Amino acid sequence: MAKRLMKGNEAIGEAAIAAGAPNYFAYPITPQSEVAEYLCWRLPEVDGVFVQAESEVAVGNMLFGASASGKRVFTTSSSPGISLMQETISYMAGAHLPVVFVNIMRGGPGLGGILPAQSDYFQATKGGGHGDYRIIVLAPSSVQEAVDMMLWAFDLAEKYLTPVMLIGDGMIGQMMESVEFPDKYREENNPDEIEWALTGAKGRKARICKSLFLNPEQLEENSFLLAEKYKKIKKAERRCELYNVKDDNKIIITSYGTMARICQTAIDELEGEGVSVGLFRPITLFPYPEEELYAEGSKKNIKCVLSVEMSTGQMVEDVERIMKGKKKIDFFGRTGGVVPSPDEVKDKVRKILRIKK
Amino acid sequence: MAQQNEVVFAGFGGQGIMTAGQLLAYTAMEEGKHVCWIPSYGPEMRGGTANCTVVVSDKRIGSPIINHPYSACVFNRPSLEKFGGLIKKDGLLLINSSLIDVSSERDDLTEYLIPVNDIAVKVGNPKVANIIMLAAYIEMTGIIKFKSLKNMLTKKLGKKKDLLEINYSALEEGRKLAKKLVK
Repeated sequence: MAKRLMKGNEAIGEAAIAAGAPNYFAYPITPQSEVAEYLCWRLPEVDGVFVQAESEVAVGNMLFGASASGKRVFTTSSSPGISLMQETISYMAGAHLPVVFVNIMRGGPGLGGILPAQSDYFQATKGGGHGDYRIIVLAPSSVQEAVDMMLWAFDLAEKYLTPVMLIGDGMIGQMMESVEFPDKYREENNPDEIEWALTGAKGRKARICKSLFLNPEQLEENSFLLAEKYKKIKKAERRCELYNVKDDNKIIITSYGTMARICQTAIDELEGEGVSVGLFRPITLFPYPEEELYAEGSKKNIKCVLSVEMSTGQMVEDVERIMKGKKKIDFFGRTGGVVPSPDEVKDKVRKILRIKK
Repeated sequence: MAQQNEVVFAGFGGQGIMTAGQLLAYTAMEEGKHVCWIPSYGPEMRGGTANCTVVVSDKRIGSPIINHPYSACVFNRPSLEKFGGLIKKDGLLLINSSLIDVSSERDDLTEYLIPVNDIAVKVGNPKVANIIMLAAYIEMTGIIKFKSLKNMLTKKLGKKKDLLEINYSALEEGRKLAKKLVK
């Protein structure tokens, strides 16, 4: 299909339609309101469902209901809105229901600000709501990647019957880049063909879709079922991208989303100055590409693994855990909506290597 | 190293700043280049400043955030004050001299004064000031082909024949002036 120039938010909306998910419930919030703005006219064109709910909590419950009845559903929001949806995410994880959430992150905590941030890493990758569960977390670094990931997100959600979350920062939502969609859009689900969907039990045995288990043995069984699922996901679905990784790298930077692109520019410019730095960009944040990071980070030539984030230091805790003390770990971050420049990343690298400007 | 060009368009809300940037991005994309368009977004007020950055490159674009762009087209004084000092050494600065009566006072870059609002009024519609600036910028940098931009305008405005004519005139005026200035 021909290339189109689209804002990340609009492209995410179109990608969901391409994925055969014309069921959208949402509540507007900056910096992702353009998704709703786009879908409010686009969804009627494909006979889709658009409901602007009265709150994010209501959005969550609508998702639960529609997903349980076999519909392919999704929503988009930004940090404070995603916090309000955590109850549903936990319930849907417990009930083994597929759904895709998009979090176009802004600065927090609380109402925070409206500019780009990556401070919801813990919330997204460590469960977010209550209970023993995880969700799959994908982190695009360009508009095209956001589109490709939306298609993949629905596959993953249905393959593992789990909530999947795509996290982008405000920059991914707001910028326009060229993007291509698949030639053939997918068909919507047919709930009658889904073996667990609640479609009315006339003529068949009743199905149950719930997260409430008052019998402790049953709840334990469900929890271990979930744990098994996450093991499988960790084994099969890790993704990462390497950039400028070479034998003469002294530092390897780990960074995701927009921040990774800023690091990429810093790395190009440092290369011009004779300083060799590699980039390890996790594409899936859960499952984190742990083995891959350990393999790259523990190479002989690497002196330090540097985690660069738009937060005060969240992913770096995973990096420390994964590297098991094998190498020095360092961190650089800005937050609250401040997006670091390539120059700041370069300064940090020079400081670690004790190179004078 | 691959060629990359960055330009900031900045002015008041309503001067067609975002449109000028988007036209450039669309056209460069049609020419097969990598492009990225980023608006300033944040708590803004009516009548406040607006700006966008367009990156055009031969290869995959790294940082979408450009702290020191190669060039800028500034449409009002607050924008000159904000971006005048940020442009890279040996860069290019186009100033809307219809509304700005000072220069950047930098001697390490190329600066041109273009009265785009005055020219727009002459052409017949004050709203095409942005197109005049864009045409001048393209003529000076060769970042995209002039013909491609004209085709893009035709595509976008195809049904509005009267607007199309005025935009064509704006393109020609911008180009003519740029040729004269660069000489």
